[in-house]
Amino acid sequence: MKPAPFAYHDPRSIEEVLDLLASLDNARLLAGGQSLMPMLNMRVAFPDHLIDLNRVEGLTGIMEEGGSIRIGAMTRQRDIEESEVIRARLPLLAEALSHVGHRQTRNRGTIGGSLCNLDPSAELVAVATALDAVLEVQGSAGIRELSIHDFPVGFMTPALAPEEMLTAIRLPVPPAGHGTAFTEFARRHGDYAIVSAAVLLVLEGSRIARASLTLGGVGAGPLRLRTAEAMLVGGAPSEATFGAAAAECAGIEAMSDPQAPAWYRRRLSAVLTRRALETAAARAAV
Amino acid sequence: MMDGITPEAARHILPAGPGKVVGRGVARIEDGPLLRGEGRFAADVNFPRQLHMRVVRAELAHARLLRVDASAARTMPGVVAVWTAEDVAEIPPIPFRATKVRGLEPYCQPVLARDRLRYVGEPVAVVFADDAYRAEDAAEMVVVEAEELPVLLDATAPPAEFAPGLDTEPTVVRKEYGEVGAAFRAAHAVVELELSVGRHSGVPLETRGAIARYDASSDVLELHGTAKKQHWNRDEIARLLGRPPNGVHLFEGHVGGGFGVRGELYPEDLLVCAAALRLRRPIKWIEDRREHFVATNHSREQHHRIRAAVDAEGRLLAIDDAFFHDQGAYVRTHGARVADLAAGMLPGPYRLPAYRVAGHFRLTNKTPAATYRAPGRFETTFVRERLMDAIAHRLGLDPVEVRRRNLVAAAEMPFARPLDTLGTDIILDSGDYEGLLDKALARFGWDAMQEELAARRAAGECVGAGLAFFVEKSGLGPSDGVRISIDATGAVELVSGAASVGQGVETVLAQICAEALGVDYARVRVVHGRTDRIEFGNGAHASRVTVMSGSATWEAALAVREMALETAGTLLQLPPSELTIAEGVVCRADGATGPSVTLAEVARRMGPNAPEMRGRTPGLTAERWFWSDHMAYPYGVHLAQLRIDRGTGAVTVERYLVANDIGRAINPVLVEGQIRGGFAQGLGGALFEEFRYDPQGQPLSTTFADYLIPTIAEMPVVDVLIAEDAPSPLNPLGVKGAGEGGTNAVGAAFAAAVDDALRRPGAVTSLPILPAQVRRMLDGAA
Amino acid sequence: MTARRIALTVNGARHEAETPVRQHLADFLRGTLGLTGTHLGCEHGVCGACTVLLDGRAVRACLILAVQAEGRSVTTVEGLAPDNGPLHPLQAAFCANHGLQCGFCTPGMLTTLAEFLKDSPDPTEEEVRVAISGNLCRCTGYDSIVAATMEAARALREARA
Repeated sequence: MKPAPFAYHDPRSIEEVLDLLASLDNARLLAGGQSLMPMLNMRVAFPDHLIDLNRVEGLTGIMEEGGSIRIGAMTRQRDIEESEVIRARLPLLAEALSHVGHRQTRNRGTIGGSLCNLDPSAELVAVATALDAVLEVQGSAGIRELSIHDFPVGFMTPALAPEEMLTAIRLPVPPAGHGTAFTEFARRHGDYAIVSAAVLLVLEGSRIARASLTLGGVGAGPLRLRTAEAMLVGGAPSEATFGAAAAECAGIEAMSDPQAPAWYRRRLSAVLTRRALETAAARAAV
Repeated sequence: MMDGITPEAARHILPAGPGKVVGRGVARIEDGPLLRGEGRFAADVNFPRQLHMRVVRAELAHARLLRVDASAARTMPGVVAVWTAEDVAEIPPIPFRATKVRGLEPYCQPVLARDRLRYVGEPVAVVFADDAYRAEDAAEMVVVEAEELPVLLDATAPPAEFAPGLDTEPTVVRKEYGEVGAAFRAAHAVVELELSVGRHSGVPLETRGAIARYDASSDVLELHGTAKKQHWNRDEIARLLGRPPNGVHLFEGHVGGGFGVRGELYPEDLLVCAAALRLRRPIKWIEDRREHFVATNHSREQHHRIRAAVDAEGRLLAIDDAFFHDQGAYVRTHGARVADLAAGMLPGPYRLPAYRVAGHFRLTNKTPAATYRAPGRFETTFVRERLMDAIAHRLGLDPVEVRRRNLVAAAEMPFARPLDTLGTDIILDSGDYEGLLDKALARFGWDAMQEELAARRAAGECVGAGLAFFVEKSGLGPSDGVRISIDATGAVELVSGAASVGQGVETVLAQICAEALGVDYARVRVVHGRTDRIEFGNGAHASRVTVMSGSATWEAALAVREMALETAGTLLQLPPSELTIAEGVVCRADGATGPSVTLAEVARRMGPNAPEMRGRTPGLTAERWFWSDHMAYPYGVHLAQLRIDRGTGAVTVERYLVANDIGRAINPVLVEGQIRGGFAQGLGGALFEEFRYDPQGQPLSTTFADYLIPTIAEMPVVDVLIAEDAPSPLNPLGVKGAGEGGTNAVGAAFAAAVDDALRRPGAVTSLPILPAQVRRMLDGAA
Repeated sequence: MTARRIALTVNGARHEAETPVRQHLADFLRGTLGLTGTHLGCEHGVCGACTVLLDGRAVRACLILAVQAEGRSVTTVEGLAPDNGPLHPLQAAFCANHGLQCGFCTPGMLTTLAEFLKDSPDPTEEEVRVAISGNLCRCTGYDSIVAATMEAARALREARA
């Protein structure tokens, strides 16, 4: 389990990265390496060129601007998890991060790397989807913005051109009176979840004003439960409402594998959605 | 019964109760280098000019091998040689150790595949290069042409062709005694079950490794990175490569976990040795983790169809079991041992008037299987205890009561079964089974817990409890020797033919030695796993080291003690009977002040140049051997309390107790460590670990993300009750092995507790118990 | 360019050496520098045996290229009690609490916990359990490691007081 040969590049600026991307064939960006390095060691990824982003200036940091929080793509997961701003303003992200791998992988893993890897079970992808994240993508033509909902274009395939890179992610901060929750089920702690659920509820008085429900692990990409969200809005945050919304999971398309057949993923989806809704509502009410 | 004890030692049975150092949880002498990163595991061994070996492995589960084209690989940078089967045609297949089963020879594994590929991961070619990375580059260039054949993945399916004229059932292990047919005809009730245990294995954290070098100056072939069975492996390597055994030496460094799978003789061991001889350069092979999952022994996979005849009180009249043992693609060094153990040990702790078992030993297109901690017992305890639960349910009896009625009584010990296993008659040497059951129930608060669980169930929780009794075996003979020497500085060296797989062998042997000799245990140097230091040895397996090597240590240390006292008596002009040894000094036993002499001085007086030694063999040293024809049988009971998440089907262990009588605990802290660690592995097999295959025989569990070893998050706090109520009469220490009891009954106890939580007796019929299955069982529950 | 010369600090000492660019940090430490205390249990980032501290943070050395450590500071298990000095309180507590059997996972446990106790000097048992949830141990069943860590935390606090 030793990587096949590749050429290694360690640019210092985004411009250099873009130049390399434009000029090299079969190049891959190396972010935190917590997914790509195992793939290299196992020789299931064979890039001719590895472009290391770890010394590139201007790709890290957490900043609140306007109604959003902007996180540099190379910001380490551990730094996000422990950031006061994130804990106060986007507790859903901090909660989900505690399920991402382990301390040693979060010390190294980045938010941008996880998003671009687009594992179907990745917690960060589910959370970004639940929070309607906007991605900043840079190419030779400049920066474009992309909704997280348009980001996955297939199994582990992001909507990035070969000469483009993700530079930052912007997460709108939900209004006061909101509550969030992240729940997941994995066979072991720290493993990729079989199913995860990320929920955001905004309450106004005794009514649900806004609801966001996202499932991870059920399909090739994150699954936003729009029908269930519509059912929730205007309703009371009650067991009956949540039960009805969770019941929508019975109809979703789900992946199947020996340890988690499709029926089981649907069942987990309903259970986790319901639990996340209950937790989010309780947190919103505080 | 004093089978194992020589008359010499019988006078010196280790007294009951804690001694000066025996029976105490002293710190390990192994720990220093391991904590400082100064250990010497296989991958840490390097020699100048070494080459790295990389194995090219079969990617098809069953195929006719047409051609292996290594031409491109041979031209890769750094490559020195590439071998295929033709290059090692003279090396015979890997043999198995002594077995009474005939006809297994044609099923042994060649070191490189010849005409057929029989499992994904089978070695097909090897590359030797100057660097591990470049060896892997070149291995990718080896082209294997093969024509796919139908795969056989189910050991219960009809046997197919292994090779022309040979089918995939090399043998059926049969054992029988009593009037089985009559018992079933006379039975009050017959209980029938179909049960299966999943394929999983030891998966130590250190993968295998083998580093060979040939020293032409002394004509010695060395193999490093070895474990478990150095002397047997030395003899076989020598035989298979046509060398005298005294020209082959095996060395054991640190071993990162054994669990049954490390240290067997595998194809890679022979390949590095052959290459070191032929290429005249040291050869290093370190298995990578993906290889480990397909190349190192698997274990456990069995399917049982079992019937019991019982009387109206739930007493066993007979058991009739047919099981299918999924051996994988070849018969490896253990032969049919696991199937034999399963057949022999299935009756466990119960009185059983009649018994018939047929163990169908079958080959499939999977990685070959062999022993893993509690081999044949983890499986059959699950089967037998499921059966006891089913009997209890059928007759409306409490599960504890039905066991109580069937346990062999203390007064019946030693209890001979008309059965054998591993070539020894099964004679349960000692035990108070019911006494331990009572202790365990009391410690767990079983009755009060039942009330508490009932209340929680009434409140809507899904909680349950279960128990399982087990009998282990340990101290497999026939012999082990230990040589103890004290040098002129008073330093003690103990050389043993045992091996260490990380379980604390050095500390335990040092404790026994120190107890007998009156020296500081921390200053006893223990040498193990080295064929150049002792002529014979039987290694570390079958929970044998403390029993066999421990007893040999005791006898050797007593012999050295006697020599020291005799010489000291002459020096001090006192009769030896009035002397003792304390902290390395021979002094008066009555505590009175008086002349004394250090062991160092005694050793000097016994040196080859000492005039007193003229005509005698010099040295303060003795070698003693311990023999045993029978095994010692530890036993115990596991009690589990768990809860099930109705939403996900996940099982959470709330409380767990392992009660284990091991006769005598030399180091109770190490024993607890063995039991807790053993439990963790049992937990893996019960709930998490499984080697899965797709319908084409492609392995699906080839990373630590797919093969789920319990992390600390899955590990409950486990209570351990070490009992010493039934010392073994077979050895002077009274000890029985402690290595496997923690693992043995975990699957069985979990199955019972899950049933209980679900309120569905008999719901669990297979291991591992997966959350999706539990979720489905919840659907089926009333 | 298949190899590069790198300079880095390992256990307080500066090293300069050539490394193939594809070589991971664990192989560099073990092979190039001869520091074999860092163990490789899986090379795909799950087992935690190869954990080292990179600029004080616990990371998997099998998932970092040696070239990425250029200019950085690495601490391995050999650096916990350098120059054969007294054992680090964690090491001493592992010994006293039977926190190891085969010892293969131990270096990764120790480095992981060294970082953890720096951040959380007064942890709960539950926090310790979470801290080592990314380190596989096949021998101990983990309990004794938790006990050892609690004892080490106490010793470190007392030493600081």
